[in-house]
Amino acid sequence: MLTVIILIFAVALASPWIYKLFRDKAGWVLSLLPFGSFLYLASWLPHVATGNVVQQSTTWVSMALFEVNLAFYLDGLSLMFGLIITGIGTFIVLYGSGYLGGDTYLPRFYCAILLFMGSMLGVVLADNLVSIFVFWELTSFTSFILIGFTHEQENSRKAALQALLVTGIGGLALLAGLVLMGFASGHWEVSALLNEGDIVRSHPFYLAILILVLAGAFTKSAQFPFSFWLPGAMAAPTPVSAYLHSATMVKAGVYLLARMNPVLGSTEIWLLLVGGIGLLTLLISAWLSLSFTDMKQILAYSTVMALGTMIMLIGIGTELAMKALAVYILSHAMYKGALFMVAGAVDHEAGTRDVLKLGGLRHLMPISFAAAALAAISMAGIPPLYGFIAKELVYEAALEAPLWPILVIALAVIANIAIVAASAIVVIRPFLGARVETPKKAHEAPPSMWIGPISLAVLSLIFGVLPFLVDKSLMVPVASSVYGAPMDFYLSLWHGINLPLMLSVLTLAGGILVYRFWDGVRESVPMKSYQTVFAMGPIRGYDGLVSGLLGLAGWQTRTIQNGLMSNYLVTILVTLLVAVGYTFLTRSGIVWNPGFEGVLIQEWALSIAIITALGIILGFGHSRLTMVIGAGVVGFGLALIYLMHGAADLAMTQVLVETLTVILVVLVLIHVPKLKELRSATSKVRDGVIAVAAGAMMTLLILAVTAVPFDAFISEYYAETSYPLAHGRNIVNVILVDFRALDTMGEVVVVAIAGLAVYALIKMKRFGSAGNTNKDGRNTSGAASQKGKSS
Amino acid sequence: MKSLILHTATRLMIGVLVLFSLFLFFRGHDEPGGGFIGGLVGAGAFTLYAIAFGSEATRKVLRIHPITLIALGLLSLVVSGLIPMFFAEPFLTGKWLFIEWGAFDTKLSTPLLFDIGVYLCVVGFIVTVIFSLEEEG
Repeated sequence: MLTVIILIFAVALASPWIYKLFRDKAGWVLSLLPFGSFLYLASWLPHVATGNVVQQSTTWVSMALFEVNLAFYLDGLSLMFGLIITGIGTFIVLYGSGYLGGDTYLPRFYCAILLFMGSMLGVVLADNLVSIFVFWELTSFTSFILIGFTHEQENSRKAALQALLVTGIGGLALLAGLVLMGFASGHWEVSALLNEGDIVRSHPFYLAILILVLAGAFTKSAQFPFSFWLPGAMAAPTPVSAYLHSATMVKAGVYLLARMNPVLGSTEIWLLLVGGIGLLTLLISAWLSLSFTDMKQILAYSTVMALGTMIMLIGIGTELAMKALAVYILSHAMYKGALFMVAGAVDHEAGTRDVLKLGGLRHLMPISFAAAALAAISMAGIPPLYGFIAKELVYEAALEAPLWPILVIALAVIANIAIVAASAIVVIRPFLGARVETPKKAHEAPPSMWIGPISLAVLSLIFGVLPFLVDKSLMVPVASSVYGAPMDFYLSLWHGINLPLMLSVLTLAGGILVYRFWDGVRESVPMKSYQTVFAMGPIRGYDGLVSGLLGLAGWQTRTIQNGLMSNYLVTILVTLLVAVGYTFLTRSGIVWNPGFEGVLIQEWALSIAIITALGIILGFGHSRLTMVIGAGVVGFGLALIYLMHGAADLAMTQVLVETLTVILVVLVLIHVPKLKELRSATSKVRDGVIAVAAGAMMTLLILAVTAVPFDAFISEYYAETSYPLAHGRNIVNVILVDFRALDTMGEVVVVAIAGLAVYALIKMKRFGSAGNTNKDGRNTSGAASQKGKSS
Repeated sequence: MKSLILHTATRLMIGVLVLFSLFLFFRGHDEPGGGFIGGLVGAGAFTLYAIAFGSEATRKVLRIHPITLIALGLLSLVVSGLIPMFFAEPFLTGKWLFIEWGAFDTKLSTPLLFDIGVYLCVVGFIVTVIFSLEEEG
């Protein structure tokens, strides 16, 4: 399985060259890759159908604390997701070649979509918590690239950023949750965790783990109130929407919760949170879908509704719910993938996706019409399509919900009424009725664009009529792995006349009624305000949060980093005083042991010289030159102290640095206006107090530190091993370039970057306005000269 | 700065200073010195030249753009770290090559390359800052 994922990544990176080689046929060639992966995964079907799992593992990072293995785990659940990802992926690559044919960025699309495919496959196949997270983040990242595919348009960029921020924050929460789970249970492999559910559920961290994991899953799977990014992400080209935002990525959250159900599930809080949020999402978004006329927006909200349904089923957690979940995921992937691709085909061929501007396309686009009709019937849950079986099962599960079944089933029926109407809208409006003039002269889409939808739609029909084709082989293993215990059932289209069937009839009738009056409903005041509250509300909240955060960052920068050196010093010293002083006083306490008796006469002389120089700076520092000279005396005095104690290297460095510093400061001083005292008397006193306090604290700290007996272990080690191990007798230098070379490397990189920064800031000032126009109107070149002063 | 004494002294001194910086650099492994100190002395030599003759003339003497020096320095650091990895040892492990010439034995090593990187970065950094400030006026 690792090989498959690596192969997908490799081909993704090579895809621009593959495109150059095959040009228009590249889509057909590249689709062989997901198709081959599909066949590979399908070859495991017989093995998994008999209740077995496949495990493969390669060590990736091995550390004392924990190991990260590139471990893969194939059971019913991951197999179904893997098949959906590679199967629909095959069609999407083909579809993309038609949809984006002639686009300059087509190679980029191939690359990004295959990278996404590899990452998504990684999420569902990975066994290790850390690798799940890594692949999870890769899907967020690649989807960012794909949503912002038409990056020249502002709304694409905005939608991409929005999706990245929402799923990215969720991803961080997920990381925290997974790490806590790993430490709580001591297991980093999902396969091992599955048997340790009791340990995790009874652990004091359980609630924290649950909330963090749910935050990750709910943001990814667009649950209310995070659902807004998904309709926004419809700015992406349709192949991307069809793939990421209906069939795969948004189901990553569903997958994760389904995977974790045996570990975290079947508690009261799980039922309330997961089931409740799912129910809320499905109800709100089902009706939102009716407030739009753009086919993709309608489908996007119906997708959010479907995700809500899946989440709700996981929350319910009964055997029936797991059975319904398995069937629902498969049926949704097939019909929604097909509908999205048809919506894109209509947009591509007719020039608009607005159902009000479309009509009578059935004769012009017969194959797309057939695919759309079958898929929409499946989405509406009408026999004999697979979607009917799925919906019946959802109703059955809702009727037996462990908490308030009447409420659950009522809300589910109300939501499904809206979905029936939405299904009717996306197929009847564009394809039936009188011919409407469209912006482009419509004709059937190229084969690459209809082969996917029609195949998926026909599969929905086949599985609906012959459900035994997939029940024992796939649905039973899926439901068992989510349930956490072996299950057995069979599927059939006809269950006899029972309550779910009656509810289905009711739903259908209600849906047809809503469809009849859709134009009136859509334009009515309650619907408009409903849209404002539930669709626009979360977006407003998000925008408010983002601009608030930016405002806070701006305020904090203006306050703390306002370009005044003296302010920086105050901030640094006060922080130091509070943080170090508090720790010092509470942990160690004051030690007064100056030990003047061992001090030599020349050391006294030096100390007095240094203090005198400081006095000059403080007392007579009316010109900058005096200050520089004073600071130089302090530096050279320190160098002498180093020399007296045998630190020749330090002393040499200090002397050289002092010399060069004086030269640098003098070069800066040429450009600096004459020193003026701008501080008021009170701020002088304040600065004085801070300075004295900081100095006193450092003195006390040093006294306390030197009072502790010196442990010579490390210095002796270096002294003993310097020559035998590193072939050098100058221990200081050996430490710098060999023993602790990594530290030196970090420091040298800092020096290099500081050099580049000084260069850039000074040149920026020279070339004028380029540096002077950052957003909040602050003058960056001013900061440059401040920087110069501080050096 | 137009001063005959400074010009003459600088012309004489620069070679000595650069040689001295190299001397400090190479003795650094056994005696006080090394890449950082050597680099500071080297940078001091070019700073002196820049004060005497201006940065334009110093650029000609230096021949290489100071930022290129920084880049070369960083490259040396990274390469010295990567070499041991080809011997399946951790990043930055010291690798040594002893060449016996008879009278003068030579030790070549990745720490030496590392120190060259430090030297180049230090010289590049200070000369970059000096040039920038000097040309600013």
